[in-house]
Order: sequence, then structure tokens, then C-alpha cells
Amino acid sequence: MTPTITGRSTVDELPGPDGRSPLSGDRASTGRLGDRVFGGLAKGAGILVVGIVALVGTFLVIQAVPALLNNNVNFLTSREWVPSGTEPRFGILDMFWATTVTSIIAMVIAVPLGVAVALFITQYAPGWLRGPAAATIDLLAAVPSIVYGFWGLTIAGQFFTPVQHALSKVFGWIPVFDDAGFSAKSTLAFAGVILAIMVLPIITAISREVFQQVPTAHKEGALALGATHWEMIRTAVLPFGKPGIISASMLGLGRALGETLAVVILLSGLNSTAGWSWSVFNGGSTFASKIAGGASEFDTPQKTGAYIAAGLVLFVLTFAVNAVARIVIERRKAFSE
Amino acid sequence: MKIQRLGQVAALALVGSIAFAGCGSDNNTGSASSSSATGSAASADCFEGTLNAEGSSAQKNAFEEAASSFLAACPGGTVNYNPTGSGAGIKQFIAGQVDFAGSDSALKTEEKDGVIEADAAAKTCGSPAWNLPMVTGPIAIAYNVEGVDKLILTPAVAADIFNGKIATWNDPAIAAINPGVTLPSTAVKVFFRSDESGTTENFTKYLNTAAPDNWTADPAKVWSGKGEGKEKSAGVAEGVKSTDGGVTYVEWSYAKDNDLSIAQVDNGGGATELTAESVGKAVEAAKADGEGNDLRLKLDYTTKEAGAYPILLVTYEIVCSKNSDATKAASIKAFLKHFSSAEVQKSLEEIGYAPLPTSVQTQVATAVNALS
Repeated sequence: MTPTITGRSTVDELPGPDGRSPLSGDRASTGRLGDRVFGGLAKGAGILVVGIVALVGTFLVIQAVPALLNNNVNFLTSREWVPSGTEPRFGILDMFWATTVTSIIAMVIAVPLGVAVALFITQYAPGWLRGPAAATIDLLAAVPSIVYGFWGLTIAGQFFTPVQHALSKVFGWIPVFDDAGFSAKSTLAFAGVILAIMVLPIITAISREVFQQVPTAHKEGALALGATHWEMIRTAVLPFGKPGIISASMLGLGRALGETLAVVILLSGLNSTAGWSWSVFNGGSTFASKIAGGASEFDTPQKTGAYIAAGLVLFVLTFAVNAVARIVIERRKAFSE
Repeated sequence: MKIQRLGQVAALALVGSIAFAGCGSDNNTGSASSSSATGSAASADCFEGTLNAEGSSAQKNAFEEAASSFLAACPGGTVNYNPTGSGAGIKQFIAGQVDFAGSDSALKTEEKDGVIEADAAAKTCGSPAWNLPMVTGPIAIAYNVEGVDKLILTPAVAADIFNGKIATWNDPAIAAINPGVTLPSTAVKVFFRSDESGTTENFTKYLNTAAPDNWTADPAKVWSGKGEGKEKSAGVAEGVKSTDGGVTYVEWSYAKDNDLSIAQVDNGGGATELTAESVGKAVEAAKADGEGNDLRLKLDYTTKEAGAYPILLVTYEIVCSKNSDATKAASIKAFLKHFSSAEVQKSLEEIGYAPLPTSVQTQVATAVNALS
């Protein structure tokens, strides 16, 4: 006699004690008003934010496409910028280069510095110093960008001149460090330095939060196994915090890419006949500074469209950078519990 | 922790006060709105109501000075100016949106983009539109070279400096026209306007006309020479001020405000310093290009008249000679009479403009009187 196993029991088929249908449960935690309202609000907020980003992107594309169709040269590789007139010729190569160089310099300076400051605040600083130090770094974020621009131009710039001279004397044979004849405070390199200062508080704040989340068990375990303080940080804190550091850097990079006013004040523009130079001690215009500089002269749809097309490239660039960062973070999720 | 809480509150207060300090605006003239000139004026030269004008940003400071002195003399008579640029001002005037326009160039009589400005303006007004020169803005060649207080430049040498052919200050071309001045070997650092600018257009017009062999590029709002680009007059002035060997072209008021040395220009009639009188002489030397009361001027950039400073721009007020609205006509007449009066013109000198020379001023006053 083989018992037939069907996976069903009589409880599943007979009605419940107060006549409810089987398998309906007691509905204790589903369908309440609070859940519906909050779920709806959260969903709505998410849709709204995605919608805004999509609408901004659509606006940029709609304004830019007619102007792009009128372009007589390749938009992505041309160095000219004559967006109006009978034969518009405009391209973003110069702006792309300036934006990329300033942002990379800013990141190269700000990420190690920010992580080091965050490590100091969370791991090395005495307890009474943690709060004030954190607040002071956060104050850097409160300084308006136009103040950074003027401070850099009038005060900090003169201290960069000997640095530039030393670098171009020693490394001048590398095209990147060649002297291009611009005053030190108006170069891409110095703009990168000021951007690093503006981006530092963002990276520090987020890294600080992440390092504080490291499970004590990890840290104590490393110390128990005989690690020194630095080895403990290297093996327990930093790997745990890597996704956080990367997302902090991406936020900082987003700010550096789009920073407008400080760059407008600091950077010297190139004249229209300037040759291509790989030097970081050259002038130039980033996307944001070019658009801001031309914003008062948007008199024809053609010209407006050209500048908005440049803005669209910046939008896509930031989007791509963030997407890459997201992928990197997802792959490293293994270390978070 | 009390200290931390206190620190947070203090930081918040500091940030808040700094943030709110930015809320004020230093441009307190009202924005353009529909005008409503009410009836009876206090005297023949005053009116009560609002006038709206739009146009060139070069005359913004002068216009605001005249408008505020007019308001002081005639309380109730507000004149608003929107410095959107000469092109925008003319467009709005032709569209009948503003009472009169300010422009660095007179209404064009040739066709451009399918429109002849002078004809379109006449159509809007129902009568010919007059160009009345009102504000003279001199353009200074400002430099910052250590040890050099007096510098003389000819158009050819200036053109070579600005297109990069002359690289150091002790170049023989500069030394030849500056006998007795020790010029250092500092590099020449040119600063130009990276934004589109009427000042660039007028300066390149001068270079192109006075030194056509050295400056071959067409005059345009966009700079075609060499150098470092800075935003707006404030940017180029700051650039020159902080760079040894810097040189730029900038409005006179900015050169004065930043204590920059101003070069004397030798157009062929001897070295001329930039003063109100020398600029006035250049305006007098201009040819009258219009008929009757339409006082468009053709500036002579190659003038060899002694004591005339040739690099300048003249801003016109573009008005209807006969306005269909009688009260509006009276208001415009009252304000322009005030603006073109000798006292107001003299007061513009402090803010970096040159007053109209007497001969031109009387012509403008006559034309204003003929407005109706």
C-alpha cells in the first residue's frame, strides 16, 4: 500500500473557524491604510524624481537637435565654436578636454585627501575632536562657489605660481606639464585644485559615515589576530568602505563636472586661433563655464540650441560616469552585510 | 555635548547670515512693465509716470545716473532701462514694446536678415526714427608694466601687440615710438573679453580701420586676436591688474577704478592722452551721416587731428520723431532734454564717460526740442 502524497491537508480545504475561506490568513498586517498611503507616497516620489530627470533630458534633446542639424562640422571632434551666423560651426572637443582634465585633477587630489581625513576622524582622532573636526570640514561645503573663485583668483593663486614653475621645470619634457604661457591662477591645473577643495567635504562626509558603519567585530577580529592599527584599517575598514568611497567619489565628481561660477572666474579662455595643447597649465573653458559665459547672448534659437547641445553632452557624461560607478559598487557589494 | 551644539548653532547662524546677505540686489531700478504716463506734469520739463527703454549695456551706468538725477529733479518721473544689448533693444523698439532704445550703432539703412532697421522703425513710429548720440564711451588700452608710467602706442603697434606679433615689452617697435622710456623685457600678456562684447567690436573696428595691414580680421563681437580670455570688463581689468606685463582694451571707468595705466594713442597727430576733452574732439571730428535731426555719426577712426583720442564708441538713443501718444512724447522729450543737458553730460565724466562736445550737444538739444 503506497500512501499518496498530495501536499494538501484538510486544513487547506475546510473553511476556517469563523467561516473565512481557507488560506486567507487573519489579515493582520496587510491592506491597512497607513501601508497604502506610505507605499503610494514612496512610489510617487520615486516616479517623480525619475520623471524629472527624464524631462530634463528630453528638454535638452528637443532644444539641441535643430541646432545640431544645422552644424557644418562634427559636433564631437571640432574645436571651433561659432554657433550663430549663416554657417554655424561648433564642436565640443575643447570643452570636453577642459572639463575632463579639471575633474580628473580634482578627483586625484580630493579622493585620497578626503578618505585620509575621514579615516583620521573615525579611527585616529580622540573623541573630543571628532565632532568639531567633522563640523569644520562640512563648513567647507557651505562656502559659495563664487567665493571660492574670487579667493582662488586673488589670494590662493599666487601660491600656485611657484608650484607651476617647479613642475614645468622638472617635468616640462612631458607634454602634460609643459608651460603654456598662462598665468598660474588661470590654468586648468589650478582650477582643478580649487575644485578639489570644493569637492573634499562631500567625499569626507560620506566616507566618514561609511567608516563609522564598519562592524566592530571585523575591527576587533583583525586586532585580535595581531594586526597593527594601520593593518586593521587596511584589512577591515577600507574594504568594507570601498563601495561607500566610490559612491562618495561619484557624487564629488558630479559636482566637479558641473561646477560653474568658480571656474568662470578662475579660468582664462582660449582665443579662437589657439593650437591644441596637452598641457594642464593651459587655459580653456569647461562646459559649464562656456554656457554660463554665453548665457546673456542667447538671442536666436540656433545659438541657444548649440549651447544646450553642449549641456546635453555634460548631462550624458555625468550620467555615464554615475552608471559606471553603480556597476562597480554592485560588484563589490560582497563586503557589506 | 554642549560645545558641539553651540558650534552647530554658530555655524548655522554664520552660514545663514552670509546666505541672506546675498539676497539684496544692487540693481534697484524696477523691471520693465507696461508704462502708464498719467496726465498733468508739474512743469514743462517734468512728467509723472514711467518710461521704458532697452538696449546697449555700454551706456547702462550713464543712463542710470541720468535717470536718478532726473528722478531727483522730478519726483514721479521714473525711467527704466534694461541693458539687454543693442540688438535686443532695437528689436524691441521696432516691435513697439519700449518707448525708445539705446544702441551702440545707429539704425541700419542696409538690409540685414531681410529687414532694413531704419524702415521698420519708421513704420512702427509712423514717422522717421531719429538716432540721437547721447553717451560717449572711450575705450582705454590699459596696461600694467612695472616701471613704465607713460606709454605711447600707434594703431599699427597696438594691432601687433594684440595679435601676438610683439611678444615682449622691450620690442624695438615699441621702443621706437617711446624714446627715453626704459622698457623691461617682460612678456606681453594680452587679455581679451571672452564673452560677446560691443567693446570688442568697437576696438576691432578701430584696429581694422586705422591699421588694416596689421589687423586683417573683420571687426566682430568675438575676439579674433591672441591672449587670455576673461569674463566681462571686470575680469579683464582684474587680469591686467594682477599680471605684470598685462595689457587689455577696456572701458575707461574700469581702467580708472582699477588704477591701471592707460596708454596714449598716436593716430598720426601726436600722442594723445585719454581725457574728456580729447574724446570730445574725436566726436567733433566725426562726420554727420544723417539728414536734419537724424544725427547718426560716422566716427573717423583714422583721424589725424591733434588732441583727438580716436578709440571710442558712441551710444545713440533711438526715438520716434513724432510719437502718436502725446503724453509719451512729452515725457520722452523731457527726459532726453535732461539727459542731453550740459550739466548732466558733465556729471557723466566721473563715471568714466566723456561728455558730448558743445557742438554736438547743441545739435542734440535742437533735435530733442523738435521731438513731438
